[in-house]
Amino acid sequence: MVEESRCALSSAREEVLARVRTSIGTRAAEQEVIREYRQAGQLSEPGRINLFVDRLEDYNAGVYRCAAPDLPDTIAAALTARQKHRIIVPPGFPAEYLPPGFDFIRDQGFEYTQLDATDGALTAATAAIAMTGSIILTHSETEGRRALTLIPDYHLCIVRANQLVETVPEGIRALGARRTSPVTTIAGPSATADIEMTRVKGVHGPRTLDVIIIL
Amino acid sequence: MSIRVGESAEAATFPKAAKKLLANTQLRRNVRRATDTIRNKRAKVVGEMPDWEQLRTAAQQIKQRTLRNLDSYLEQFEKACTAAGGKVHWARDADEANKIVVDIIRGHGQKEVIKVKTMTSDETRLNKALEAAGIAPYETDLADLIIQLGNDKPSHIVVPALHRNKSEIRQIFMDTMGLTELGHKPEDLAAAARDYLRERFLRVKVGFSGANFAIAETGSVCVVESEGNGRMCITLPDVLITMFGIEKIIPTFDDLEVFLQLLPRSATGERMNPYNSIWTGVTPGDGPKEFHVVLLDNGRTRVLADEESRETLHCIRCAACLNACPVYRQTGGHAYGSIYSGPIGAILTPQLQGMEHSTSLPYASSLCGACYEVCPVKINIPEILIHLRRKIVESGGAPMTERMGMAVAGFTLEDSGRLGAAQKLVQLGRQPLDALGLPGWSVARDLPAIPTESFREWWKNRGAR
Repeated sequence: MVEESRCALSSAREEVLARVRTSIGTRAAEQEVIREYRQAGQLSEPGRINLFVDRLEDYNAGVYRCAAPDLPDTIAAALTARQKHRIIVPPGFPAEYLPPGFDFIRDQGFEYTQLDATDGALTAATAAIAMTGSIILTHSETEGRRALTLIPDYHLCIVRANQLVETVPEGIRALGARRTSPVTTIAGPSATADIEMTRVKGVHGPRTLDVIIIL
Repeated sequence: MSIRVGESAEAATFPKAAKKLLANTQLRRNVRRATDTIRNKRAKVVGEMPDWEQLRTAAQQIKQRTLRNLDSYLEQFEKACTAAGGKVHWARDADEANKIVVDIIRGHGQKEVIKVKTMTSDETRLNKALEAAGIAPYETDLADLIIQLGNDKPSHIVVPALHRNKSEIRQIFMDTMGLTELGHKPEDLAAAARDYLRERFLRVKVGFSGANFAIAETGSVCVVESEGNGRMCITLPDVLITMFGIEKIIPTFDDLEVFLQLLPRSATGERMNPYNSIWTGVTPGDGPKEFHVVLLDNGRTRVLADEESRETLHCIRCAACLNACPVYRQTGGHAYGSIYSGPIGAILTPQLQGMEHSTSLPYASSLCGACYEVCPVKINIPEILIHLRRKIVESGGAPMTERMGMAVAGFTLEDSGRLGAAQKLVQLGRQPLDALGLPGWSVARDLPAIPTESFREWWKNRGAR
């Protein structure tokens, strides 16, 4: 029985591939794809940051800018403004950035229901794209596993100015060797336009997104 | 080979179905309002891209290259995905694909599956097969949830419940979610869906998804979405099954930089959709422990075989052609008798199913070209429509008057003497034409006036003037 189904599967593979080959017919020599679209950006760093902030605000995300030494205070300000207290943090997130006065919990592979019981998640990012207002996570030790920034209803994400690129091609290439890690790109909070094409903020993913840009 | 495309294979009845739907003024109002909104948003965000045409060209060339070498890209994908811990299955048709999915879920002793929006599983009627096997499929995309709870059919590729307005949706939710109170705003309805699905997301052990792109180079899969239900389905369950048509392959990871720019702007008029998930096999400590891919043919190799219409397989399912189409905007999606509606449906459904099953679909167009203009991967839909019409006429499947007309035209145009004689004949009187009547045309339109002199006569006589 098992053997039979294995045999059927393998013959499906051979048959589909054979059909593909027959359908393709004769093959000509391949030519390079013409890529005349914009690949590199043109803006200076302040221009990039302004564009990124503009896009984030367009998505109703909250935006903070600060210098590196002010990061703990800025995190505290963001959490206080949203009235978030119990915050899950990835295992590798630097302890020195965490301000006093909040209940920060290190992720130790908690159950989903435990993640659901927190107020939000605080993470770093791998890269960000100004043109589309996208944050890119590759779920490293400072960004946390995927469930961490998905189940809690609030996400506070830290992006360094030197991680910010202008265009989508630059963003894809910034992944480098981390591209085969799980990758999530986030452009604003979860949303839907399924009801009469009205963009409604917040369905299943975090309903609120704040971003801190370290200058 | 019998290929199914979703619930109904009765696509031979477009004019009949359209006539009935045109009488539903509420539906027409809903469709018109929704497509107007997306069209305007799309035009705005496409307009701000100075390199839009260059992106379209690159996308077209990437897709052409993919199809010309599809066998090696499929094998490359299989190898990379397997090396990363995935298990790749192949399915010749819908039944075979459904059986693979059912067997995997049964093998884990599970009775439920959470699903993220995928046209491909609508195409294979997976939900019916799951239910028949005692497995409950839960649609999690808001629009798909509306369709599933309302026992309805999708009418649009990207926004399947676009034919429903918010008060209709509210009634469906009240009736099926056991709610006694529910607000009227879209926000209230979205919140109800969140509450309804959250417990399932956290509990159900098997997830199911389609794919927007599958990358041969790395064996990675990409899902593009907005609500976060996709992330839930691909991240939280222990077992993930991803099924997609073999044409969804792209050669390299970097090719995403083209499609991730074209798709959101074309589909929903956003600069970027809220979430893209890209994953490669299985990652210890993050997400599903088991990952299955089902590669589906179901008629795609038949489309590939016809070089003149092969580019139908370039489609990235953005639905910009639906929103732009003057026919779709009047009838909505149900008239097309297939889950693939609008201009792309009119060329894809007949080719997948075999021309004999849907001879009226290639005629569901005025050939105005709006679909080609907005297509992000430059599928020349009007040309393919004409190509398919020719095939129908040649195989004797066209309406009687059209077949006769084509035969007469062919005979007349073959020989300049015959053409001259025919033109003379027409100048003598239009009565024979009027008497014959052109179906669908002469009801609401007058035939053009016949000039007293043909172009050929004018050319011949021009020196004398």
